[in-house]
Amino acid sequence: MNIYVLVKRTFDTEEKIVVSGGKIQEDGAEFIINPYDEYAIEEAIQKRDALGGKVTVVTIGGEDAEKQLRTALAMGADEAVLINTEDDLDELDQYSSAYILAEYLKDKEVDLILAGNVAIDGGSGQVGPRLADLLGINYVTTITSLEIDGTNVKIVRDIEGDSEVLETTLPLLVTAQQGLNEPRYPSLPGIMKAKKKPLEELELDDLDIDEDDVEVKVETVEIYLPPQKAAGRVLDGELQAQVKELVNLLHTEAKVI
Amino acid sequence: MFFDLTDEQRMIQRTMKEFADEVVAPGAIERDRKKAFPKEIFQQLAEMGIMGLPFPEEYGGAGADTISFAIVTEELSRVCASTGITYSAHISLGGAPLNLFGTKEQKERYLTPICTGESFGAFGLTEANAGSDAGGTETRAVLEGNQFTINGSKMFITNASYAKHLALTAITDLKDGKKEISAIIVPTDAKGFTIKDEYEKMGLNASNTTELILENVVVPEENLLGVRGNGFKQFLQTLDGGRIGIAAMAVGIAQGALNKAVRYAKERKQFGRAIADFQATQFKLADMAVKVDIARTYVYKAAWLKDQGRPFSKEAAIAKYYASEMAMEVCDEAIQIHGGYGYMREYEVERYMRDAKLLEIGEGTSEVQKLVIARHILAD
Repeated sequence: MNIYVLVKRTFDTEEKIVVSGGKIQEDGAEFIINPYDEYAIEEAIQKRDALGGKVTVVTIGGEDAEKQLRTALAMGADEAVLINTEDDLDELDQYSSAYILAEYLKDKEVDLILAGNVAIDGGSGQVGPRLADLLGINYVTTITSLEIDGTNVKIVRDIEGDSEVLETTLPLLVTAQQGLNEPRYPSLPGIMKAKKKPLEELELDDLDIDEDDVEVKVETVEIYLPPQKAAGRVLDGELQAQVKELVNLLHTEAKVI
Repeated sequence: MFFDLTDEQRMIQRTMKEFADEVVAPGAIERDRKKAFPKEIFQQLAEMGIMGLPFPEEYGGAGADTISFAIVTEELSRVCASTGITYSAHISLGGAPLNLFGTKEQKERYLTPICTGESFGAFGLTEANAGSDAGGTETRAVLEGNQFTINGSKMFITNASYAKHLALTAITDLKDGKKEISAIIVPTDAKGFTIKDEYEKMGLNASNTTELILENVVVPEENLLGVRGNGFKQFLQTLDGGRIGIAAMAVGIAQGALNKAVRYAKERKQFGRAIADFQATQFKLADMAVKVDIARTYVYKAAWLKDQGRPFSKEAAIAKYYASEMAMEVCDEAIQIHGGYGYMREYEVERYMRDAKLLEIGEGTSEVQKLVIARHILAD
């Protein structure tokens, strides 16, 4: 099994995020592997351990993303690829990311590609499906279970509070939803070995990609933090009166009904 | 001068921080109340390969350095000092003397299960009349043929209930009225060996502290650890490393107490403002942060010297002395900032203080650290 995992370096949204000048301040921010991608990495490692083969983690970004790749290697991935666009591109969007990944993967022998369901920063959930489309392979999003038997694949997929069971075949791209597995902590021997595992660094030139081919199609208009949550209100009085007041407030104040 | 952690150390720190917050922290109050040993946590740490951290790979260790050991000990202690001391003693008192003084066969047989987590590490030194004054040791091991027969008792021994074997010190001979002290490895299931864990302690309630009673315990002569008669010297060398562990624990506890104090000071409102807005609180927090930071930097220095293979005995004593005293001070202020809530178990800082007190005592009191430091200064 040749397994590829798409990994994104993102802000740790559990740490404080500061927006200034329309940008998220990188100084002092903590960076992590996108949590949904951790499910993808874990699933890839489990499938490799069960079925044999190789797990390659791939990311697009700058030099700093090597840390997240090394963490994935410490978890148990075999190889890592950093497509470094730092010098060539100022920005990336779903279109350009999928294009670059497709150019990288098109000549590779690919059985399975795993990605996170969404990245917790941009949250588009598009790169996976777009990549599958460019490669001309099947894809299933938000999966919570993956069973592989030869080239037949049985998948359980999360559909907003319910599950859908699907059957499909390899080669395949799937995106991981919470519940797929419990991502492991990197082991100490894994951490000690991570530096010795191969990490290939490529630039757009190496993939014969012209900068014009990956011009972004999405324009970011504004970035702002969600509004501060206001304190809740507790109604009192007779139950009947409370219900009336609640309905009234939802209608006139919250304007949701 | 290079003040950064290596990539590996940083990854270990990140991993252990997450592990501590997600796995160790949630049950800490309960374990303290019920005096419940964190066995499952250590099963997970064993699976992660943390239990043999600094020991050679050929014995199942991971070959990591002392700074990494300090990082792991600090992160565990930041959320649960009982877990921290169990780990610190496992490595620095249990595993380290076997690694330092054991033969290849002894390491294969006794160090490997410590690295894999199959056995906890423990070390039997303290007796009713012998702590840092090892000359008070009364436990005797009499060699007859090729067997030692050991009689005596040990107290305050960490981890022994969960150890399959441990090294302990005993008098192996008397020369001109002077005791010859040696270290001997004893399996805990040996006939005549009783381990009691009945202490009622002030803190570190989830850690295992035991009394050992040896009645005609027989072990083969090959169980002698290191050189006969060097027991005390070996023990001092072991404690140098152990002191880095205690100091790292102190940094972790103090950091945890500081984190809680900062969070509380921002949330707690009095006179219409968060108490963090008052300089009285800010000065306290600043003093606490200064102490924690200085202590951590110094612990890393002592650990670094050890990793470089350079003398570190004085620095380990300085680290242990300063860090353990500052941990008590920081915990005290953390409780003070919490006011009445700080006195309650639910807010955890009272436990931090109870746990921290042991650090001024165990593996040599603060006073003994000062003696060690003074001895080094006067010898220069």
